[in-house]
Amino acid sequence: MNLALKELLYKMADDQLILGHRNSEWTGFGPILEEDIAFSSMAQDKVGQSLALYTLLQTLGESDPDTVAFTRNANQFHNCILVELPNQEYDFSLIRHFLFDTAEALRFEALGNSSYEPLAQLARKIRGELRYHTLHANTWMKQLGSATEESITRLQNSLQIALPYALGIFEPSPYEAELIDQKIFTGEVALKEKWMAKVESVLNQTQLHLPDWKTITPVYGGREGKHSEHLQPLLDEMSEVFRIDPSAEW
Amino acid sequence: MNEQILHILETVRDPEIPVLSLVDLGVITAVTVEGNTVLVKMTPTFVGCPAMDYMKAEVETVLQQQGYEPRVEITFEKPWSSDLISEKGKAALKKYGLAPPPDSTLFTDLEILETACPRCNGTHTELKTPFGPTLCRAIYYCHTCKEAFEQFKPI
Repeated sequence: MNLALKELLYKMADDQLILGHRNSEWTGFGPILEEDIAFSSMAQDKVGQSLALYTLLQTLGESDPDTVAFTRNANQFHNCILVELPNQEYDFSLIRHFLFDTAEALRFEALGNSSYEPLAQLARKIRGELRYHTLHANTWMKQLGSATEESITRLQNSLQIALPYALGIFEPSPYEAELIDQKIFTGEVALKEKWMAKVESVLNQTQLHLPDWKTITPVYGGREGKHSEHLQPLLDEMSEVFRIDPSAEW
Repeated sequence: MNEQILHILETVRDPEIPVLSLVDLGVITAVTVEGNTVLVKMTPTFVGCPAMDYMKAEVETVLQQQGYEPRVEITFEKPWSSDLISEKGKAALKKYGLAPPPDSTLFTDLEILETACPRCNGTHTELKTPFGPTLCRAIYYCHTCKEAFEQFKPI
C-alpha cells in the first residue's frame, strides 16, 4: 500500500507546488489588480496544500518538506507537464487554471472518501478551498468565452494548445488497480470521465468549441519524471535561496 | 472543553484579524488537561494559512505563562469551516468592517450569495473578486456606499 499511496501523494503535491509557483509569477504582473490578487492567493493556497501533502509523505518515511521541495531535480518530480508550462499570456494561464483546477477539485472531492484517513481528512478541507478556484475559473471562462472576438479567439487558441497536456493530468499510474482495490482513490480513469463532463458543461455555456476528445492525443511523461525543458529552470529559480543557505530562516 | 483553558486562549488573537480570538475563530478543536499538561488541538482556517505557526507559538507561550505544560497539535480531524466562528466573533468582524461569512453550506462554485455591506447593511452589493488581501477574505463593492468592502469568506 505504501508505494501506491506515496506515488499518489507525490504527484498531487508536485502538481500543487509547481502550479503554485507558476501562479505566483503573476504577482505584480496581473492584467488587472483583482487578477493579480487572485493568482497570488491561489498560489498561496496551492503551495500551502503542497506543504500539507509533503507533510503526510514525511509521516510515511520520506524526507522533510523543504528537502523534498527544494533539492530534487526535474526528473524526480511527478507533476503533469501541464502545470510546468510557462504562463505565457493571460489567456493561456486562465485556460490552464480552468482545466487543471476542475480536475483538482474533483480529485479532492473523491479523496474525501479515501480509506487512508489522514488523506481523507485533508481532502475534506482542501475541497472547500478549491471551490473558490473553480468559481474564479468558471466565472472568467463564461465571461471571456462569450465576450469579444479577440477574447474568444485567444481562449480558443490556448484551449487547443492546452488540451493534450490537460489529458496528461490523468496519465495512468502503475498502481491504479491497487489504489482502487484498497479504496484509497477512485483512479485516474474515473476522474477523467467526471472531468470531461464538467469541462463540457462549462464550455457549453460559452462560444468556445471543444474538439472531439478522440482527436486529442494526451501528452504523458510527467508522472514518471519525463518533463519539458521548462521545469528545471523553474526549479532552479524556486530553490535558489535554499541552495545558497539551507539553514536560512525566511 | 476546559473553561479555564479556553479563557486563557481567549487572549490569543488572529494576527491578521486582531478583533478575533482563536476561540471565537473556531480553530481550537479540542482541549484536554492531564495534571499540568494541556493538549490543545488546533486546525488552520486555510491549509496555506501563514499565521498558523505564529498562532501555535502564541498558544504555547500563554499557557506556559500560566504555569501549564502545553502540547499543541495541528490536525485536520475536524476541518475548520467559517460556520465555526462564534456569534460574538461574527459581531466583532462586522464592527471591524469585515462582512461576516454567511452559512457555508449554501455556497457552491456556481452561485454567489447575497452579502450585506458591513457599513450600511444594504444588499445592493457585488462580488469584485473571491480573493482578497488574505486567504480568508473576498472583495465586494457596495453600490449604496459607493465603496469597496471585504468579506470573511464562507468556506
